Amino acid sequence: MRQILIQDIITAVKNLCIDANYHLGEDIKIALREAQEKEESPLGKTILRQIIDNFQIAQKGEFPICQDTGFAVFFVDLGDQVCIKDGNLFDAINEGTRQGYEEGYLRKSVLDDPVRRKNTGDNTPAVIHLNVVKGDKLKIIIAPKGGGSENMSGLKMLKPADGVEGLKQYVLEVVKKAGSNPCPPIVVGVGIGGTFEKCAEMAKRALLRTIGSNHPNPFYAQLESELLEEINKLGIGPQGLGGTQTALAVHIETYPCHIAGFPVAVNINCHAARHKEVVL
Amino acid sequence: MAKITITTPLTDEVVMSLKAGDEVLISGAIYTARDAAHRRMTEILDRGEKLPFDIKGQLIYYAGPTPTRPGKVIGSIGPTSSVRMNPYAPRLLQAGSKGMIGKGEMNADVQMALQKYTAVYLAAVGGAAALIAQTVVKNEPVAWEELGTEAIRKLTVKDFPAIVVQDCHGGNLFLEGVKKYAKI
Repeated sequence: MRQILIQDIITAVKNLCIDANYHLGEDIKIALREAQEKEESPLGKTILRQIIDNFQIAQKGEFPICQDTGFAVFFVDLGDQVCIKDGNLFDAINEGTRQGYEEGYLRKSVLDDPVRRKNTGDNTPAVIHLNVVKGDKLKIIIAPKGGGSENMSGLKMLKPADGVEGLKQYVLEVVKKAGSNPCPPIVVGVGIGGTFEKCAEMAKRALLRTIGSNHPNPFYAQLESELLEEINKLGIGPQGLGGTQTALAVHIETYPCHIAGFPVAVNINCHAARHKEVVL
Repeated sequence: MAKITITTPLTDEVVMSLKAGDEVLISGAIYTARDAAHRRMTEILDRGEKLPFDIKGQLIYYAGPTPTRPGKVIGSIGPTSSVRMNPYAPRLLQAGSKGMIGKGEMNADVQMALQKYTAVYLAAVGGAAALIAQTVVKNEPVAWEELGTEAIRKLTVKDFPAIVVQDCHGGNLFLEGVKKYAKI
């Protein structure tokens, strides 16, 4: 068994929180620049120019990309040959989040209770999705998630008879209904199959894929490009003020499903599609 | 397109001159408030009491900043989704506010209130928070600091970039813009 010290996890998570909120990934930067070129609406072009200028200011490290520095969502792949020494993995991730949001001057947006609504003051607890994999490494991905785009996401238990057309219709319906709210141009994560909760998690995980990459399965690669094309015909455009660049990418994740089921989840990300990873 | 410079507090005359689609640069004072502060402000108005600042002619900015670094005026401060303020906006317009800055479309009740009270809804670019922070020259607490990022702050801004999206003549750029580019 390979040992990983708890302190190393805390430090890595702290750095991830800060890095993700100040430095947008290269893939999304390229996508935003391409969108700025392609956008047909003059106002849409101006908006995209501001978005590009914004991430350039943010990367100097003094002002986060967005004031909504998000709920800290983690996807963790824990190798089965790893032994965490001197503490608990989840405690370490929460401590790293606490330190990262404090030291990085990031906004604390997490409430202790959804109904009674008191801020916890340190942006914890994080949301942690843990997966056990083969090997002796620990991979931690952070995807800080803003409230505006999360609010516009949706899940529907389609019927098998709805077929691929029903699926496409639902994805378009969610994006159309979201309209101007999730800060378009957006990235659309689609989970198909599994159970109710599995489907939602896949939709979020789909947002992590590199923008511009193709789905490994040609059927789903084709479906992604068809959905992207149709979404961009909706006319929503940058900030919902009209234009041709509504979505930068559609990413699909699938899982086997029940004979009676056909769940579809759509998780929407704003243009500040932030995620960073580290392997210990 | 040429940008129109507007200075707060706004007069009816200025508000009436603004049309959906105009790009503006705002200078002067604007007041931040999100969900929690709006709930409190409407409760105060319901009790017939005075708001913690003179709202006459002022713009409310739907925003909650990141913490301010030492030596800086403010942290990042882009707009939050205005849709959550739909239930409160008409009430504040009735109280004398001349409009708000946010992101995303506001509903028909708000659109009607903009016409009734001669007010304007401006959109800032959601997610352009670091860029917008550069236009804030002064940042003063006004009320309810215990709300943290949701407290009311008076920001003095210089050339804050915004777009007129819903105007006092019934114009709605969300509807008009999307219609223009929709292909299905």
